[in-house]
Amino acid sequence: MAEIKLMKGNEVIAEAAIRCGCDGYFGYPITPQSEVMETLMAREPWKETGMVVLQAESEIAAINMVYGAAACGKRAMTSSSSPGISLKQEGLTYLAGAELPCLVVDVVRGGPGLGTIQPAQSDYFQATRGGGHGDYHLLVLAPASVQEMNDFVSLGFDLAFKYRNPVMILADGVIGQMMEKVQLADYSPRWTDDDIERISGKWALTGKKGRDRHVATSLELDSYKQEIFNHKLQAKYRLMQENDARHEELHCEDAEYIFVAYGSSARICQKSIQLCREQGIKAGLFRPVTLYPFPRVPLRALSRRVKGFMAVEMSAGQMVEDVRLTVDANVPVEHFGRYGGVIPTPDEIVEALKKQIISAS
Amino acid sequence: MTVETIDIIREENLVYRKTPALTDNVMHYCPGCSHGVVHKLVAEVIEETGIREQTIGVSPVGCSVLAYNYLDIDWAEAAHGRAPAVATGISRLHPEKYVFTYQGDGDLASIGTAEVMHACNRGENIVIIFVNNAIYGMTGGQMAPTTLVGQVTSTTPYGRDVKLNGFPMKITELLAQLDGTGFVTRQAVHTPLAIRKAKNAIRKAFENTKKDKGTSFIEIVGTCSSGWKMTPVDANRWMVENMFPKYPLGDIKDI
Ligand SMILES: Cc1ncc(C[n+]2csc(CCOP(=O)(O)OP(=O)(O)O)c2C)c(N)n1
Ligand code: SF4
Ligand SMILES: [Mg+2]
Repeated sequence: MAEIKLMKGNEVIAEAAIRCGCDGYFGYPITPQSEVMETLMAREPWKETGMVVLQAESEIAAINMVYGAAACGKRAMTSSSSPGISLKQEGLTYLAGAELPCLVVDVVRGGPGLGTIQPAQSDYFQATRGGGHGDYHLLVLAPASVQEMNDFVSLGFDLAFKYRNPVMILADGVIGQMMEKVQLADYSPRWTDDDIERISGKWALTGKKGRDRHVATSLELDSYKQEIFNHKLQAKYRLMQENDARHEELHCEDAEYIFVAYGSSARICQKSIQLCREQGIKAGLFRPVTLYPFPRVPLRALSRRVKGFMAVEMSAGQMVEDVRLTVDANVPVEHFGRYGGVIPTPDEIVEALKKQIISAS
Repeated sequence: MTVETIDIIREENLVYRKTPALTDNVMHYCPGCSHGVVHKLVAEVIEETGIREQTIGVSPVGCSVLAYNYLDIDWAEAAHGRAPAVATGISRLHPEKYVFTYQGDGDLASIGTAEVMHACNRGENIVIIFVNNAIYGMTGGQMAPTTLVGQVTSTTPYGRDVKLNGFPMKITELLAQLDGTGFVTRQAVHTPLAIRKAKNAIRKAFENTKKDKGTSFIEIVGTCSSGWKMTPVDANRWMVENMFPKYPLGDIKDI
């Protein structure tokens, strides 16, 4: 029986982790996502499913604990907010380099520096570009509701193991803090040793027994071999683009102007569309659900029949770069953002569309 | 080899052989380097105590980064200094396994100070093997936190000056203060006797894992002949005369 509850986005991350059979969570407190670890500690899942929950001494330690757990073929995760994600970048590039699957949740707050604890979307670059050193990418999922916070936990683990790559849920303070109705997933058991053998038996550290030793490493000193390894990573990212780029369209069928927005901004744009249509402006919404891989193919297709795109983000303009790289050059792409912790209103988004695109053309 | 020598190499005459837990790979360590000896001791203990299939090692960033090429067990290679956090993740998810880190002094006592402190403070059920050669061997002989006062390195070309660089860090004594550590000892591998003692300490550390005695920490004071710019023989002598007074050998804590 599906269980329906009213919950905060952050609490749902914790609940979904327990229910999907996650093996270990390692975290460090930071607003606005501390409820994830608090919920886990209160739930004591080690008594229920055997899931390990540990408060680490820093985000650096937490991501490296994830690295150790992931190297064993376990489903391991961490969560943090922007300043903490900056610290995790070292661990993330090592995870990507060692091809280890894991789940990382970023409940974004405004920056730079210590910034503010209010919501923002200014971590788009550090999430999608491979925020650490080297040519790598995370697979990035952008939830726009508490329900998706729930759904993307098990989806995130599935994709992480499908590609042997870290997956990030890029939320923001709004989605993390707001309460909504959510249909919780049913419990699935944690993987047994046999499951791990079947799923990750080729590489997981389970103790060298009757096979060659397994080594989780990103080190390859021979440049030619390192280049070949990089080819392999690039092939993996192409596969992600072909098979797992996800998006949603709202009222795009007859739309002349399209908002491109993810997460909370996409929710706000839904209202802006309604306001536009009341004023006779045919507006629609294109919502990237995966930010990496960016859903290029469907967005490019739309660009052949619309009059303009307005990227709406709680940042000074980060995702808009991907929109510009994607759409036909003769279609105008504008950006509207409020940032530093400020949330845009539906009205100012409509005004921006009128001023920057409709009256400008 | 003369015919006579070949004749002597018979099974019944063998008194020593390479432990199977060591691979046949040729080690990249410089002549006289302590790492090779410490590797051998860890491998022998793992083999002799029959825990090879249950042991997972975590290698550092430093000259021993490639330890996974030499010990035939499962390994995770950690980022610089992070091995105790990686080992924590492994050990918490594999509580029945023997998990150890192998780290140098730059890795453990400089960039990884926080990770080792907190792993020891939580009393992670792991073994930490810490090779202190008072220098950054891998990057070409720069000052480490453990570098002695007056010691010449490539970043202290006129000798370590405490006004500029602070004091040599006795991290092992610091870690012994933490309630999470059960066994803390300092050993060396420069003589057959020292090697035997070091091996006993390593064996005890791995046995502690089974008894859940908290973190076992073994410092090995070692040489880096290349970084110190000495012959292996001179390096051993310099270590005895200069390192041992600052880093005295023996058990610091055993509960
Ligand atoms: C983040 C980071 N900083 C610096 C380095 C460069 N580096 C590699 S090994 C090393 C020092 C190793 O010294 P130590 O731990 O004493 O090991 P040894 O080589 O002496 O055994 C440094 C600074 C690195 N690999 N990563
Ligand atoms: S540089 Fe020093 S620590 Fe590194 S292998 Fe050579 S002697 Fe050993
Ligand atoms: Mg050193």
